[in-house]
Amino acid sequence: MNHIAWDREKREAGWNRPPVIEPDGEGELLEVAMGPHHPSTHGVFRMDVALDGERVIRLRPVFGYLHRNHEKIGEKVSYLASMPYTDRLDYMCSLTNNWAYALAVEKLTGQDVPERAEYLRVIVGELTRIQNHASSIGFLIQEMGASGTPLMYAFREREKILDLFEQLTGSRMMCNYMRFGGCRVDASPAWLAATRKVVAGLPGFVDEFERLLRSNEILMARCQGVGILRPELAVNAGVTGPMLRASGVDYDIRKVDSYGIYNRFKFRVPLGDHWDVYDRFMIRILEIRESIGILEQALKEIPTGPVMDAKAKIRGFRPKPGEAYGRIEAPKGELGFYLISDGGPNPYRYRVRPPSLINLTILEDMCLGQNVADVVLIFGSVDIVLGEVDR
Amino acid sequence: MKTIEEIKAAIEGAVPGAGVEMVMNPSPSGQHSLRLKPEYAVAVAMFLRDNAELTLDFLSNVTGVDWPDKEVTEKVKRTHTVTKTVEGVEQQVEETVEETVKRVVPGYLEAVYHLYSVEKKHGPVVLRMRTMNRTDQVELPSFTPIWRSAEFQEREIFDLYGIVFKGHPDLRRLLMWEGFKDHPMRRDYVEPDDFDYEPTPHDEVLARVHAHKAALAGESGTEAGR
Repeated sequence: MNHIAWDREKREAGWNRPPVIEPDGEGELLEVAMGPHHPSTHGVFRMDVALDGERVIRLRPVFGYLHRNHEKIGEKVSYLASMPYTDRLDYMCSLTNNWAYALAVEKLTGQDVPERAEYLRVIVGELTRIQNHASSIGFLIQEMGASGTPLMYAFREREKILDLFEQLTGSRMMCNYMRFGGCRVDASPAWLAATRKVVAGLPGFVDEFERLLRSNEILMARCQGVGILRPELAVNAGVTGPMLRASGVDYDIRKVDSYGIYNRFKFRVPLGDHWDVYDRFMIRILEIRESIGILEQALKEIPTGPVMDAKAKIRGFRPKPGEAYGRIEAPKGELGFYLISDGGPNPYRYRVRPPSLINLTILEDMCLGQNVADVVLIFGSVDIVLGEVDR
Repeated sequence: MKTIEEIKAAIEGAVPGAGVEMVMNPSPSGQHSLRLKPEYAVAVAMFLRDNAELTLDFLSNVTGVDWPDKEVTEKVKRTHTVTKTVEGVEQQVEETVEETVKRVVPGYLEAVYHLYSVEKKHGPVVLRMRTMNRTDQVELPSFTPIWRSAEFQEREIFDLYGIVFKGHPDLRRLLMWEGFKDHPMRRDYVEPDDFDYEPTPHDEVLARVHAHKAALAGESGTEAGR
């Protein structure tokens, strides 16, 4: 079924704008500033909400509390010096940020990446996706009032993965692992064995975790039918990642671009059917399952060899003039880097295409007409990190 | 997917007078771009989105680039006619002299768009648009009514680069605070005189604070700069 084939002729002007909701005329409107320090905003972020009773009739997101002009800093330092700073964009998934940046620079220079390094990138990238999705579901259940325990289930598993990152890269969260043309250090056989052990334990965790979503009546009542996002609007608004696929649009950059070596692995792209908050979280569960499959294949096939391209230049790195846009399927959506080189040691233009910011474009559309308590859930289902929204 | 030449031809067939220009990209990425004239940009964008073969329904990345005024030093050969005395006779002789000429290439702001197709799964098609200059003629048409994903990104460019997008439904600063004056991503941006927020109560700093506050009060009488 092709969800996108809507009738183009019937589109009126303003079809992609948020609808205007009229108050029912009884009582006064209440304006609430949710945030900047609200437990559900996962950081410093504000939503100016106008309420008619409990119904949301207007919502304006306010950004910039964490703005430090990452792009300007990237233009002032050398190409490599931005690599550790990309860790701080989406601090839950530093390794995929590294990967996106390395990919964009490799497109700019035309460098090759050795086979083993590609496998290591897939392994750490998929581990990152698993821990991100697991914690985002943990946060959802936390926000519905089950404080503590379910989130700790997710964090227990995340901790095992972060331990692996620490063994490999020296840091739990700020990994700074990838380089242009490979990876910084090789993985030892002991690390691979430890990873196989962790991956072998993951399916049991997912089964247990999925039962929380599938069998809890309160959770289902609060999530199902809430925050519906139509597929044509999702595509038009540039929504990517699990959000887009929960709206039933088959678009996974791992399949479309098959960057790196993703065309070698068998995996499926789960799609949502009801386009609501519940779908978004079930999609994440299913994506964890697919990621486990990719990890099993990658850990079986990983070859021996170098992890850095022998011709890669680290000192005096000056790409020829030109530009490149490289993008990957990060856990939160399409993470892209756009670079313009003028032949100098630092980029002339360094741009981050942040999935978290662009996925928030339709936050108002999803929240209008819903109850104010559901805003927290809908916002949580977008899965953002403010370090990436504000940059 | 069509090549960049074919897309250019298709646009020119559909939008007469669009005058699309190809910008070649010498890097190995091979992502060449098309430069649009701002007055035809909305028509071209509608064509790219709705054309059945292209269906570029997903505007992924919108960004600004600043190209400041550039002073170019060139060596130019010039021929002068000079009067010279050759062997006691006055003659008109042509003489070629190499001169170094300095010329200022005017700067501009540029907006860059990366388009993909979700339906056909191809891309990217890169579009660019230039403003007339960097100071007063900085208007470009907004793509937000066509692709909603431009909404926050165009606000960000307006905020950080100062390009004014005509037709944007809600053009406000995105990241900097309201009342902030400059555009921080421009290459000639100088950080403001924010000494009053330095927590060091030394005499020198305090003197600068007072000078700064007096200057602000004299400037507009409002609380500016923060």
